[in-house]
Amino acid sequence: MSMRLFVSRDAGALAVGADEVALALQQAAATRGVAVEIVRTGSRGLYWLEPLVEVATPHGRIAFGPVTESDVPSLLDALASNTPHLLRLGATDEIPWLKRQTRLTFARCGVIDPRSLGDYRAHGGYKGLERALSLGSDAILTEVTASGLRGRGGAGFPTGIKWKTVAQAKADRKFIVCNADEGDSGTFADRMIMEGDPFLVIEGMTTAAITVGATKGYIYIRSEYPHAVEAMSAAINAAKRGGYLGDKIGGSTHSFDLEVRVGAGAYVCGEETSLLESLEGRRGLVRAKPPLPAHHGLFGKPTVINNVLSFAAIPFILAEGATAYADFGMGRSRGTMPIQLAGNIRHGGLFETAFGVTLGELVDDIGGGTATGRPVRAVQVGGPLGAYFPRALFDTPFDYEAFAARDGLIGHGGIVVFDDSVDMRRQARFAMEFCAVESCGKCTPCRIGSTRGVETIEKIMRGERVSENLAIVEDLCNTMKFGSLCALGGFTPYPVLSALKHFREDFVPAPSTLQAAE
Amino acid sequence: MTAVYEARHEPWDETRGAEIIAEHASQEGATLVVLHALQKAFGYVPEAAIPMVAQALNLSRAEVHGVFTFYHDFRHKPAGRHVLKLCRAEACQAAGGDALAARAEARLGVSLGNTTADDRVTLEPIYCLGLCATAPSAMLDGRLVGRLDEKRLDALMAEAQR
Repeated sequence: MSMRLFVSRDAGALAVGADEVALALQQAAATRGVAVEIVRTGSRGLYWLEPLVEVATPHGRIAFGPVTESDVPSLLDALASNTPHLLRLGATDEIPWLKRQTRLTFARCGVIDPRSLGDYRAHGGYKGLERALSLGSDAILTEVTASGLRGRGGAGFPTGIKWKTVAQAKADRKFIVCNADEGDSGTFADRMIMEGDPFLVIEGMTTAAITVGATKGYIYIRSEYPHAVEAMSAAINAAKRGGYLGDKIGGSTHSFDLEVRVGAGAYVCGEETSLLESLEGRRGLVRAKPPLPAHHGLFGKPTVINNVLSFAAIPFILAEGATAYADFGMGRSRGTMPIQLAGNIRHGGLFETAFGVTLGELVDDIGGGTATGRPVRAVQVGGPLGAYFPRALFDTPFDYEAFAARDGLIGHGGIVVFDDSVDMRRQARFAMEFCAVESCGKCTPCRIGSTRGVETIEKIMRGERVSENLAIVEDLCNTMKFGSLCALGGFTPYPVLSALKHFREDFVPAPSTLQAAE
Repeated sequence: MTAVYEARHEPWDETRGAEIIAEHASQEGATLVVLHALQKAFGYVPEAAIPMVAQALNLSRAEVHGVFTFYHDFRHKPAGRHVLKLCRAEACQAAGGDALAARAEARLGVSLGNTTADDRVTLEPIYCLGLCATAPSAMLDGRLVGRLDEKRLDALMAEAQR
């Protein structure tokens, strides 16, 4: 009987040598005459342990990591003789970092073969869609609304209300669009789920389609994610062959076709109306709202546009019921959030948990502090448009409203950790520069404000009339915040103002330093 | 050096360009799809292709030019023999990406966004490869590299310069 091994094919694992390890395992096994089957999975999300190698045993999978090519011979010896190995982590499911998570959306990620529809179904896949087909549109809407699911792209708009609006709209054609333009630094949950459990995204989109009466869907994936493009395209083809896309889905009367479209390196296309423009073949200029995409979306037709994680949450909600999902969370943030720990962090990766966990727990306890071992000074939550939080705000619970109350946002759930070597002037400058480069140019506050912002922060960095220029930056941020057409110009003030507010000492020379210089 | 470049991509040819455009033109909202296909074949989008795309999609040249120039991905001239992309976004900044980018610029003698004089390496910034838990990261001709440090970066540059 052959030994079953599992090695991730996730881009994050490939970047640290997973392919080389898989090849070395194959070759070393052949040399020894040991029969092995290597299953290429998604990632479990424990990235500091990648490349992670798992072996199937009668008592579940046992994990080893991080494995390098040179570890492979000793690893195979240990497996063959059932003896201890330095990299042995024990039963995968018992690794504390994994065990303390609540994996509803990421339950299968890292476990199954993402290329196999059969594997997906064997692990509970398409149960949600089967129930949805038996429920019908109105009952699905009731379930999705009752789950409390809010848009996981960052805006947090209730998904059920969005779907209902499209369901009620009258049109000859309707569309389902998946926003997979995950451009925020510090986020990779969309990429992971597309690479590790792509049928989940397809199932979520298909459920949306039968609910609102759409027959065509697009997944708009950023070009920086070639592995996700490949995985989603392969899964779409497999779903078509399996009767889960195309005509008469799952034996029903519904038809739904799905297509992958690839972005071209414009961050602003993560904004939903800009994305729709891009899908229509135009420059990614943001549209003024209203009309909402739900009424007037892709090609002018009613469109459900949701983030990858929103669609990926749907199958669980339908399969297990709205209550099972809504039982998790706090306040108006129901269910779980796949949080991404990134940057200068010791234990970085994907941590899915119920809303309500504090920022301090996430960074210090779960993340283990910085990778450099230096003190954590600042964390940016929610991507390039998210605020920088100091340690003093580490009691903030992960919740849409709690972050908003402290002039921040959870966005797409990315947390980037910085140690005490960070210069917050540079980070504030970068936020403005990024906005200037990526602005679509349609509205003045964003297009011009960001450039003036870079110039003014540079003056501060040179020590020119610091207090006057700080006042100008603050005023400029207010104009951008309230005068911009979309979140790019409107939220760039978050990182800038939070840096100014919480890390003032980086912008204003301390009086004691001046005295010492005299 | 251009001969090596052409080994990866076809030289521009109007008939071939027209074929590629025709292959994708019937899709709804085809502009980006067509431009991607042209760049995949030729390594860049030749200026001569713009009016051809416009005609096939019933758009003005200005509209196609506008789309072509809006998106960072599309090249108006071929890249070097190898393309080394360094992630410059926040997660990689937090993990020491700034110093690595400066090292690459110094060693290759070009600033980000440019190609070495011998056409061997195009050095480009990229804003997030989604490898933020194994930062800093890079991509050499489509191959991903995480946990980038000076040693790994030097090895990548040596490989690209070969």
